[in-house]
Amino acid sequence: MWFFIVRRVLYAVPILLGVSFVVFLLMKMVPGDAADILIPPEAPKEVAAMIRAHFGLDQPIHIQYLRWLRAMASGDFGTSIFTNQPVADELFGALANTLKIALPAGVLGFSLGILLGALAAYYSGTWLDKLFSAFAITGVSLPHYWVGMVLVAIFAVMLNLLPGQGMGPEGFPSTWEHAKHLILPVVTLSLIPMGVVSRLIRANVLEIRSMEFVSALTAKGLKGHRVLFHIMKNAAPSALALVGLQFGYLLGGSILVETVFNWPGSGSLMNLAIFRRDIPVLSATILVLASIFVAINILVDVLQALIDPRIRR
Amino acid sequence: MSLQDTIAVRPVAEAVQRAQAGMGYWSRVRQRLLADRVTITVMALLACIIVMVLAAPLIATYDPGAGSVLTRLKSPGHPGHWLGTDEVGRDLWSRIVYGGRLSLLCSVAPVGLALLVGASLGLIAGYRGGIVNSIIMRSMDVLYAFPSILLAIAICGMLGSGLGNTILALTVTFIPPIVRISETVTAQVRSFEFVEAARASGARPLSIIRFHVLNNVLGPILVYATSLISISIILAAGLSFLGLGVTPPDAEWGLMLNNLRQAIWVNPLVAALPGVMIFITSMCFNLMSDGLRSAMDVRI
Repeated sequence: MWFFIVRRVLYAVPILLGVSFVVFLLMKMVPGDAADILIPPEAPKEVAAMIRAHFGLDQPIHIQYLRWLRAMASGDFGTSIFTNQPVADELFGALANTLKIALPAGVLGFSLGILLGALAAYYSGTWLDKLFSAFAITGVSLPHYWVGMVLVAIFAVMLNLLPGQGMGPEGFPSTWEHAKHLILPVVTLSLIPMGVVSRLIRANVLEIRSMEFVSALTAKGLKGHRVLFHIMKNAAPSALALVGLQFGYLLGGSILVETVFNWPGSGSLMNLAIFRRDIPVLSATILVLASIFVAINILVDVLQALIDPRIRR
Repeated sequence: MSLQDTIAVRPVAEAVQRAQAGMGYWSRVRQRLLADRVTITVMALLACIIVMVLAAPLIATYDPGAGSVLTRLKSPGHPGHWLGTDEVGRDLWSRIVYGGRLSLLCSVAPVGLALLVGASLGLIAGYRGGIVNSIIMRSMDVLYAFPSILLAIAICGMLGSGLGNTILALTVTFIPPIVRISETVTAQVRSFEFVEAARASGARPLSIIRFHVLNNVLGPILVYATSLISISIILAAGLSFLGLGVTPPDAEWGLMLNNLRQAIWVNPLVAALPGVMIFITSMCFNLMSDGLRSAMDVRI
């Protein structure tokens, strides 16, 4: 088992290097370079050259990459071109805000998805199955940013029940005032994982149920819910993989929902950085989100191997 | 939005046996499709949408770019504007009809392009195996390390908005999952006896791929691609919604939603309309993919 974990973690190293290379490549494909945004066109050539040298933009490209990689790996994400603040401060504050909606949305979406999927499979062929399956396919087909707008229209504009913008008072979410701001974004964000997970669970459970070991268990006289437990245990590894991936998507994909609700998370930060052409903030955000995604994938693989010994080989 | 699902394909040999027993595979698929009312309805609806956007100049009642301050944010049913008007008084029906052109182009073109590139890479990786496989698949792993929407936003955000960059960004996003699926299926097909027999009888790799592998691989990939289109529609409109995709004043469903965001406080019904089109189209592709999947008997 330890060998498996070590091997899996080591494999992340080349992946992360590749990821950093892709991000750097994208940075360099930006029309103009970072200095162009800072330097007014009428600036004297010497000043422009000085600013370029300050950011290391006069160096050959591979030196630039190695320097950038070293800085990123040591946790120094540079300073924002626009606000002149350290990128790390802005980024981790925003990430914490994104987690405030992504975590509850994940919990809600996954538990609903697993429940609906298992129920749909259990009652397969009946109207309950059709209802839950329709629910699931709606979840994956809805543009969630639009759902956010519709929810704002209904609950904030028409009924005036819940706030439609922002995240309310500062600090750790503990009061009703915090919760009120959380409800709409969390519900919006949980739709896709709910749909995706419940579709996978239904398909998996149906498939496993047709396997011979299930007939054997039933023939041995096991009760229905005990058989279901065995089925769920077999469905767990692939469901877990999907849950991990979906959680990564929640972090990366929250940008659309954050835009709708003006939620000050990593997505909003990225959106701002894009329109300010603030390349250090943008590249650091992308790199950190992708690294988190890689870490989640490792975690999922290890958990899968814990549940299912066959994977360890 | 799962690009990374578990992949497995029912043994092709089984299908071969069944085909030998009676009618051909494709006539069975057609028969099953015709019996599936949901899929038939959905395909008809999709055909209607496609005809609608193609015939946009004929059925649009106004110039999609022409507005009037006098008729801003009218509700559906307003005389002359049966779906109402947007925030600068442009006719919503005409904009939805014209907007569908860009929305469909931005979502179907990337999947098509990714299919071309991804399926070829996957076929090569799966058929050749060894070092070629490692190089292709490990570089796909790197792209897989980005959540799909993040990759699309990163590319569009860095390179700038516009139709071309949107299509490029989504194409790059969809290549890895298509490569992975076609690699898995190809590797499975390659181990079947009929491929070995062809190789033993001296057939060249290219003709083996063309006559034996491609036939068996294309089905699962096409089914998967239709489900990708439904994701692509949401993502493409999402990019425009963020202001990263199609640029104003062009009409596009996601961009229309973006423009109408503020109008939600004034006329929520009108602001929600373009989203309904995104939803319906995406839903149709999802249901069609499900129908094709069960009719073609593939598991993805």
